[in-house]
This record gives sequence, structure tokens and C-alpha cells, in this order.
Amino acid sequence: MTAQSQTQAPSQGNLFQNAIRDAIYAGIVVFGLFILLIGFKTDQNIKNELILVQRWGLLFSMVAAAMALRFVTTAFIQPALAARKAAKAAAKPAEKHGWLRDNFAKLALIFLVIYPFLMLALTGVNGSLKWVDNFGIQILIYVMLAWGLNIVVGLAGLLDLGYVAFYAVGAYAYALLSSYFGLSFWILLPLAGILAAFWGVILGFPVLRLRGDYLAIVTLAFGEIIRLVLINWTAVTKGTFGVSGIAKATLFGFVEFNAKPDGFAATFGLQMSTVWYKIFLYYLILALCLLTAYVTIRLRRLPIGRAWEALREDEIACRSLGINTTTTKLTAFAIGAMFGGFAGAFFAVRQGFVSPESFVFLESAVILAIVVLGGMGSLGGIAIAAIAMIGGTELLRQMDFMKVIFGPDFTPELYRMLIFGLAMVVVMLYKPRGFVGTREPSDFMHAERKAISGEFTKEGHG
Amino acid sequence: MADMTGKDTILSVEHLSMIFGGLIAVNDLSFQAHRGEITALIGPNGAGKTTVFNCITGFYKPTQGMMKLTRKTGEEFLLERLPDFKVNREAKVARTFQNLRLFSGLTLLENLLVAQHNALNKASYYTIGGLFGLSHYKTHAAEAKDKARFWLDRIGLLARADDPAGDLPYGAQRRLEIARAMCTGPELLCLDEPAAGLNPRESDELNKLLLAIRDDHNMAILLIEHDMSVVMGISDHVVVLDYGKKISDGTPNHVKNDPAVIRAYLGVEDVEEELNALAAEPAAKAAAAAAPALKSELPKLATEFKRERVNIPPPPVLTLPDEVPAVAAKTKAVAEPARVAATVAAKKAVARPVKTPAKKTTKTAAKKTAKKKGGRA
Ligand SMILES: Nc1ncnc2c1ncn2[C@@H]1O[C@H](COP(=O)(O)OP(=O)(O)O)[C@@H](O)[C@H]1O
Ligand SMILES: [Mg+2]
Repeated sequence: MTAQSQTQAPSQGNLFQNAIRDAIYAGIVVFGLFILLIGFKTDQNIKNELILVQRWGLLFSMVAAAMALRFVTTAFIQPALAARKAAKAAAKPAEKHGWLRDNFAKLALIFLVIYPFLMLALTGVNGSLKWVDNFGIQILIYVMLAWGLNIVVGLAGLLDLGYVAFYAVGAYAYALLSSYFGLSFWILLPLAGILAAFWGVILGFPVLRLRGDYLAIVTLAFGEIIRLVLINWTAVTKGTFGVSGIAKATLFGFVEFNAKPDGFAATFGLQMSTVWYKIFLYYLILALCLLTAYVTIRLRRLPIGRAWEALREDEIACRSLGINTTTTKLTAFAIGAMFGGFAGAFFAVRQGFVSPESFVFLESAVILAIVVLGGMGSLGGIAIAAIAMIGGTELLRQMDFMKVIFGPDFTPELYRMLIFGLAMVVVMLYKPRGFVGTREPSDFMHAERKAISGEFTKEGHG
Repeated sequence: MADMTGKDTILSVEHLSMIFGGLIAVNDLSFQAHRGEITALIGPNGAGKTTVFNCITGFYKPTQGMMKLTRKTGEEFLLERLPDFKVNREAKVARTFQNLRLFSGLTLLENLLVAQHNALNKASYYTIGGLFGLSHYKTHAAEAKDKARFWLDRIGLLARADDPAGDLPYGAQRRLEIARAMCTGPELLCLDEPAAGLNPRESDELNKLLLAIRDDHNMAILLIEHDMSVVMGISDHVVVLDYGKKISDGTPNHVKNDPAVIRAYLGVEDVEEELNALAAEPAAKAAAAAAPALKSELPKLATEFKRERVNIPPPPVLTLPDEVPAVAAKTKAVAEPARVAATVAAKKAVARPVKTPAKKTTKTAAKKTAKKKGGRA
């Protein structure tokens, strides 16, 4: 079918004929595939009898969707892609990207800073809650986690499948220390980071000699151990019930966010709403993200950051150059874990409740998927991947109109892993090194600063 | 430091042995390397040269023996007691690898900056000072960059400083690896087959580079080499290994004319060609004079050699620690099927061509391939 679309300049009528034929083929294939999977469903009725439910509506909407997709692909997307390819080949390879691309980071930062007020203006005080909290804060938490993990996986090349453990350490550090000792968030935030870094080192020691798959498995086990300890050490952590009623953060210890006369809204004469606290949290996590980015960017240009990348490329060569790979790996684990800890403390203060359920392996997998999808080592790519994955999940959750099409018991977010899996396969096929596959060198000899292709970059084996 | 011969010894290896399982890769090796000299370590494939390097640079812990390194400051280090990274950091021994180990995704400049990690890391007060952008670190970083610029210029790759190392042609990668080793500020530079895979022009450039490094920095260079033109052309002192044992030690001329070397290293069948090849080279003019005498000995040697090569189990593989003499192993092996079986696996690892690929003509190369397949390997 693709061969047909590649024939030189097919006439318009021909193109549509092809498209319709392709669509019909696709419809038949999808019908054949899904008739048993979706068209029929076995269920139990009230008398516990096995019955066959027929779901023709759902089946035919699937078939229609597939046909429409196939039609659009053949009729519009493929010719457009071919035209673009031809245009690209024709155009001189002048590597001059536009102003937009050069200033992308600055524009994104400005947007992030004005985002809550933009939403406030667009959707009103109560309408903006969803946009600031579910989208803004949620995405930024994952951006921060992924940037933290990026230090370990993307820079140092150490595959860590238990990163969520440090997130848990940070969250419980804040939850427990604030409820048992009444310490404030501003003291506990750095403390949570330090504790997580400490656990990073504890994990680092036994796995120093491991590489690749073995390292991945041990870190995975470490993540599970932390979770199981949280579940079973009921005397302190309250087990699966979790810790609730965690104290809110204050405006740097001066003003509290509550409905009292000396609360934030009253003090500043604003409408009583939780949105102010959410906006405050939004800026807090934004600041934490920027800190992570700043530290990562600085570290990459310092000896330690270069040693991490060298370690990812070739550990033996590092040792032959006098680099102590033990301390280099431990610092990577510790610093990565520290940012996980900060994010954890923030998570606890945002939810007001923590339980071991928030720190399952799936979380580690999602964070790692964001790092890989974004392009290991690239902050921009990872941020985009976080927006796509976490924002995508939220979007699916909001898609109530799907219920109208597919029936009331259709919950779109259950399909998110399916969609992400598909998306990842597609991205990895077309961009095997993630959204941003190039690497920005840490220093330049000549004035012309160019990113280098990721073709030679190794993923690390440790 | 300077001994009776007036030479300034930097490394002295004494009774070094390295045993892998039952295989003696290095057998009671002693030699010395001197400052301002290029010491070549030569021998057939599998003779144990790389293993010696790995022992010196701390990647292997030798089974026996002592390696003493004396720095310019007079400090002495027993290399066998240092972990690998300290061999470079404290004893100032730098090395390259037989199979290039560049950081191929990093730029040339970054490769050379990583090599200066220890100095820079200290200057950044172990990252903390650097994080806050202290000027102390900035001056050191600028110096490190100057040093990188110096070495890139020296190896003729300054224009490509910002390209990834993996993008370079092979010969340039070899030079870059040497420059990277030099950026660690070594006193002893160990190069594992730096000329392997280079074309004659690149090989010539490499010779010049090595001589310049030796002379400008009074550097001690320890060189593993297969390319005879490199060995004979630039080394001041040659140590020859075969089956882990030292069979000759001396000036290039001395070694070249040593019958033991000719027999074990060059491979007797091809001695004539080798000698012709050597005679063609300026450095080997002297050797040519000795050639006729050798040629007359050839037929006898050749038959002896061939007989020997037919039914020897390749390496002196031992299962019992006290079974040291290699000759004993050779004769016993035939009689003891069980032991032969046990050595089969080892043989595979030790498979070595009969002769070292020095200055091959196409004809000999083809001959060797055939030998490798059917012969001892
Ligand atoms: N790590 C190791 N384990 C087992 N055997 C080894 C190891 N390293 C080297 N050897 C063996 O030691 C012998 C010498 O190898 P090597 O030093 O690489 O030779 P060369 O560099 O002279 O070609 C070979 O027989 C090789 O198989
Ligand atoms: Mg070798």
C-alpha cells in the first residue's frame, strides 16, 4: 500500500481511490481482529450464568475509527510527508533554526511563570484549580523526578529501576517528621533531600560492582524493599493506611494558607479558595524544578559531571585516567536521590497524605520511560516527554465525551498504558534516542557552538 | 635514582608472574624501563604483553612479583599494591588500550578535559566551589583547556576539537588516545599497540609523535608493538616475550640478531622474508649484514621448528601448581588424555598464530591464515 502512495505524483482522483481501498482493507482487518476481542464479551448475569454480551456499537466504532485513520493516512498524511521529504532534500542544509527554536527555553520559562495567572484569567478562580493542580503541579513533579533520575541514568549511565524509593524516602521523611515532631516544611525540605541522598549512598555501595541488567534488578529490589518496609513497619508508618493530616506548607513561615482571619486569603484580601495554596505550590515545585535544572547544567560543566558522562561511555578508560569510579558513581546516586527526596517532600505536602501505594514500581517505570522518551541527558526533551505522558494521562481522565461514544462503563484512562506503549514504540522507531537525540557538549574550543549527534553516545552499561 | 649504568630507572619489574586458572600468562618476568627512553615490549600474539600492562596499570593483581615505580620526586610506589585509578593518580602511569577506549560520544576537547579530572576536581573544591563559580576554579579550567589545546595542536586535531571522538578516523583516534593519556600528566606512558591498524603514513606520524614526547618531556615510554618498523625505528630498548617468558632483552640490534628471538618471534619459515623486509628498512641496515649467516642456518632451524610445531599443545597449560617447566608439560600432555581435555577450553582462549603479523606480504598473510586454521591454533 505504501508502494502505491510513493508512485510519482499520483493524480488526485487516483489518490482518493487508493485511500478508499486502503480504508476498506483496514476496516476488514480490524473487524476480523476485533470481532472476538471486542464484539463479544462473556459476562455473568444475576443468576451467575455465563452470558454472551454483544457489543456491536463499540466494535463498529473501532472499525470506523481504523478506516478513517487509514483513509486520512493514505490520502493526506503520506503525500504530505513525501512532499516534506522532497522539500527537505531540495532545500540547502543551512543549519539555521528560527528565532523560536533558539529562544525556546526562555519562552517556556516565561510561559511557566505566567501560567497560573493565565489560567486564573481564562477560567476563573475555581475553574483554574484543575489546570494549576492536575496539570501544572502534577507535570512539574514528574519533570523534577525525571530530571533527578536523568543524572543517574542519562548522565552516569547507571540503570536505576528503583528510583521511586527515594521519592518515598523524601515523602515519608516529611510526613513522619512533621507529624511526630511538628517540624516545618522549610526545615524538612532540605532534610528530606539529605535523607534521600543518604539512602542513595546506602544503595550505591552494594551495587557499585554491578552493571547493566544486574544493577537494574538490584535497584528494582531496593525500591520494593523500601515499599515493603513502609507497609510492614506499622508502628511508625501506619502501614497501608498511610500517614494523613500532614501539615501544609506556609508562606516561608509567615502566613498560613487557611480560612482563618490571619490566613493568606484574608491577609491579602482575596476570595476564599484553595486555589491560592495550589498556586503557591505550583511556584514551589517550579522553583524546585529550576533548581534541579540549574544544578544539572552546572554539574555537567564541572569535572564531576564530565566524569559521569565519561563513566557512561567507558568505565575502564575512566579508571586508567585516575578517576575514582566508586566516588563518582556514589555522587551520581546521591545527587539523583536528593532531587527525588525533594520531590517526595513536595508530594507529601501537596497531597497531605502519603501511603505506600503511591510508590509502586509502576512509578519508577513511568519516570524511566519519561527519561528514555525525552532523550537521555537532555533536559528539554525530558520536560516535553513529561508533558506528553503525564499531561496525556490527565487529558484522558478528562475525556468524558468518550463515554458517550463507547458506552458509560468506558474509562479512557485505563487505556493510557496501551496508548503510551504504542506511542513509545512509535517514538522509538522514528527517534530511537528520544525526542532530543543530540548532545550538547559541556565545553567548546571554537566559537561555533553546535550540538553533536547522539550517534556515538553510549547508553551506559552500568 | 640514576644507577651504575647512568640510566634513570623509572620502573623496575621483578619476577612478575600472572596465572589465569592453569595458564601462565606471564612467567617470572623482570625488566626495567628508564626515563627518556622508549622501551618496547614485543612478542607473538598471546605472549602476555597486554597482561604485563594490565598488571603495571593495576587492572590485574599479579600472582607474584614486584613492580617498583620511582617518581621524579623520589617517591616510590609498589604498583601491585595500588588500586587501578591510583596507579594513574599517584604513581603517574598513564596508558592506552589495544582496542581503543575513547569516550566516543564526548568531543575531543571533553576527552582531554576528563583526563585532567583529578586536578580540576581539586580546583573546584570537589564540586562545591565550582558550583558557585569561584574564580579559582575558572582559572584552573582555563589552564586545562589550554593544555587540551596544546595537545590537540600537537596531534594535528585542533580543528576538530568540538567533534565527537567516535567520528574520527582510526589513526586520529589512536593519536587522541595518546594525547588523552598525556593530559593526565604522566611520568610513564604505556602504549598498547599504538600502530595497530595504521597506514604507513599514519604510522610514520606516530613515530615522530612518540619521539617528540620522549624528548620534550623526558618521558619514559613503554610500548607494545607488532609493527617491526616502529619497534626497530624508535625504541631504545627491547624486551621480547614468548609464552610469558622473557627470551631476550637489549638494544634493538641485539634483539634482532638474537637467534632465540628469530626462532620464537619471527617464525622460522618466514625468516627469509622477514630478513628481506628488515633489510629494506634504514633502521635495519645493520641487521642485513648478519643475514647471510642466519640464512645458512635456516634449513636446519626450519625442520627443527616444524617438528616442534606439529604436536605441541599450544600453551604451557598447567593444572598443578608445581608442574612448572613448560617442556615437561609438552611431553606429558600427549600421554594424559584427561588433562588434554581439561586444556581444550584454555587452548581456545590462547589460540595464537604461529607467527606475528609483522610486515606481511599478501602471500605470507594467506599462508598464515591457513596455518591458523589447520595448525596449532
Ligand atoms: N583475564 C584473563 N583471563 C584469562 N586469560 C587471560 C586473561 N587475560 C589474558 N589471558 C591470557 O593470557 C595470555 C596472554 O594474553 P595477552 O597478554 O593479551 O597477550 P598479548 O597482548 O601478548 O597478545 C593469552 O593466552 C590470554 O588468553
Ligand atoms: Mg595484546
